Amino acid sequence: MQISILSMSIAALFYIAFFILAYGLVSKILQYKNTPAPLKIPTMPAPTTQAGVVFRMSKEVVFFESLFKSSKATWLFGWLFHFGLFLDMLRHLRYFIDPVWTWVIIIQPFGKYGSILMFIGLVGLLTRRIIVDRVRYISSPSDHLMLVLLLSITSTGIAMSFYLGADVISVKSFFIGLMTFNIQNIPSDIVLISHLIMVAALMIIFPYSKLLHAPGLFFSPSRNQVDNAREKRHLSKWAEDLEKN
Amino acid sequence: MADNKFDTPEIREYPIIPKLQRDVMSHSKPFIAKESHQEPLGFPGELVDDWHDVAIKKMGDLQSKYRSLQVYLDSCVKCGACTDKCHYYVGTTDPKNMPVARQDLYRKVYRRYFTFAGKYFPKLVGATDLTKDVLDDWYSYFHQCSQCRRCSVYCPYGIDTAEISMAAREVMDTIGVGQKYCNEIISKVHKIGNNLGLPGPALEDTLEGLEEDVEEETGVQVKFPLDVKGADVLLITPSADFFAEPHVDGLIGYAKVFHEAGISWTISSHASEAANFGMFIGSYENMRKLAMRIREAAIELGVKRIVFGECGHAWRVAYSFLNTLAGPWDFLDQNYPIPQHICEVTHGLIEDNKLKFDKSLNDDMILTYHDSCNVARASRMGDKAGGQFVIPREVIKAVCNNFHDMSKDTIKEGTFCCGGGGGLLTDDLMELRVKGALPRMEALRKVVEDHGVTHMAAICAICKSQFAKVFPYYDFSMDQIVSVHQLVSNAIILTGQDDENDENDGENHPQQDIDEAA
Repeated sequence: MQISILSMSIAALFYIAFFILAYGLVSKILQYKNTPAPLKIPTMPAPTTQAGVVFRMSKEVVFFESLFKSSKATWLFGWLFHFGLFLDMLRHLRYFIDPVWTWVIIIQPFGKYGSILMFIGLVGLLTRRIIVDRVRYISSPSDHLMLVLLLSITSTGIAMSFYLGADVISVKSFFIGLMTFNIQNIPSDIVLISHLIMVAALMIIFPYSKLLHAPGLFFSPSRNQVDNAREKRHLSKWAEDLEKN
Repeated sequence: MADNKFDTPEIREYPIIPKLQRDVMSHSKPFIAKESHQEPLGFPGELVDDWHDVAIKKMGDLQSKYRSLQVYLDSCVKCGACTDKCHYYVGTTDPKNMPVARQDLYRKVYRRYFTFAGKYFPKLVGATDLTKDVLDDWYSYFHQCSQCRRCSVYCPYGIDTAEISMAAREVMDTIGVGQKYCNEIISKVHKIGNNLGLPGPALEDTLEGLEEDVEEETGVQVKFPLDVKGADVLLITPSADFFAEPHVDGLIGYAKVFHEAGISWTISSHASEAANFGMFIGSYENMRKLAMRIREAAIELGVKRIVFGECGHAWRVAYSFLNTLAGPWDFLDQNYPIPQHICEVTHGLIEDNKLKFDKSLNDDMILTYHDSCNVARASRMGDKAGGQFVIPREVIKAVCNNFHDMSKDTIKEGTFCCGGGGGLLTDDLMELRVKGALPRMEALRKVVEDHGVTHMAAICAICKSQFAKVFPYYDFSMDQIVSVHQLVSNAIILTGQDDENDENDGENHPQQDIDEAA
């Protein structure tokens, strides 16, 4: 089988994107992990046990509890987008596993509508960014472009799922091929190819942009620390060294 | 009073989010520290020649030492959730007082020098060089943050602007641009032991005077011990408690509680200050040096417990940091929390029925309670999360008949800073302080109108001083701010108290009971 230049290029792009994403993310996570938190600074009232911290963090990750407290509109659009993204990513698992797990098959229809939630959320967030003077003030071009990129990925995805269709069999064999280093042809479908190029771009941007909020949340001392400063002495390495002088 | 060249904001009937007005507070800058304020803290006396490089190096150093800083600089998505949460934004409408915009003054420099995107695409991600103009903005706006942590409650990632402000102030100190108010005070504590520079003999005089006052008023010899070796409790209290109104009435309250409970206690002339301004300037080393005075005093006096008086940021440093900075406290009595808040002590005694009160002695007041920001969002009292909200209110309710909370979104974890916290309680920032007080003034005005509230109680020296100063701008009077332990002091019935002489005793209080108690 002849592998087209297009397929070779997309394959190369995804190898590069994956490498940058993995390397960038792992080094950032290691940086966060290895940077000491010398003082106890949980935002109070805070849980007094580790289990409590897991509960607090789960509420943040799943329901965006703090955002809910601060702005209902931002919460609604933000949560719709993230929840839709989550469903849709689960749905996309079918392109990477063979045979497809049963639960992934079951959620396919939900995943499909996840893209609609994403779309509504993103449009809401972009609108807010443009019309609310305070949010417009704090926005850089990159903040707008990030939403535009996500909207474009979502729109091309919706177009393929609901209207144009795509040769999903070939897409799947392409990605399985990528994973087994046995490159296959990708259909030269302009909507599909733009969808894929934009996803690769997002992967590349991820570790060098505000998308770091995803790992960042788990390392946020104001959210992940236990409130037990009086009971347990908390001492970082550099603070300990200071005591030796 | 400071020259009034600004307009006091109007109390709004329906507090809506104000429209932003660019740079209306860019002129607000505290006095710069002189060489004599800088050097005792280990900072250069004036702007160093290679300040740009020194600052960038310091930023890198801080990012490697504080996970909070590194994570917060990376994680903000500019969602805008915090933009209307800062009292300084609400009061001034300057967009750089929105928490995210304040952080961005630092973040844009971080991005330029420390991130790939900022190095190669600065315009795209809003990264800028560290210029003299940027430094001016830093000096102005990082001294318009009271480190109250309200933004961190509402941020989906818990980003705390206080952490960024502290870092910025430390960078500025390192290049010789310090703030006079904080650094002068810290150098006084290093030298003398308290913020006021009140030496031991003056302190002794003051405390003797208080003993005389209390004896005259109650007929009971309530001691205010200083440097008494072998006392059980070392009381660490803000130095404002030694002389300023209404602080000193709070100190009298602590003394009466200790007296009545039979707890032996002492103040230390070596550690006669609860407030730790090292936190305001973000300097771990200075904060630690100040905290070590408490350890030295505790060892020197051989006490068993440490109790802190009413002071907000002090309680943060005490509750959250003292164990880290000056621990371990293995030589103290482990049956008590180390350190303990005076409200915890009083609350415990009330629960054990060790104190007697005549609540009607506070009937001339209808009270509300101001949750001090650093007590509310950076510390705890008692053994349950949220005890810092419950315990002071229970103390107030045990000694007063009339209490009404302010509206829900302005108390507890959502409380508004008084407007003078975090090293801003200085006359050269009067405009900022008055404007920053707006959200609290609006909430107070509401309970005054709805419930006839006459007084607001607080447990922080900064809050008390700040409100005493800004109340008149909002048509309140300065004596409407009271200490929680002032209320305790008013209502407590001391064993052996002679009540006939009580000047407040216009009406007939249940005298028999009191006499019997005597």
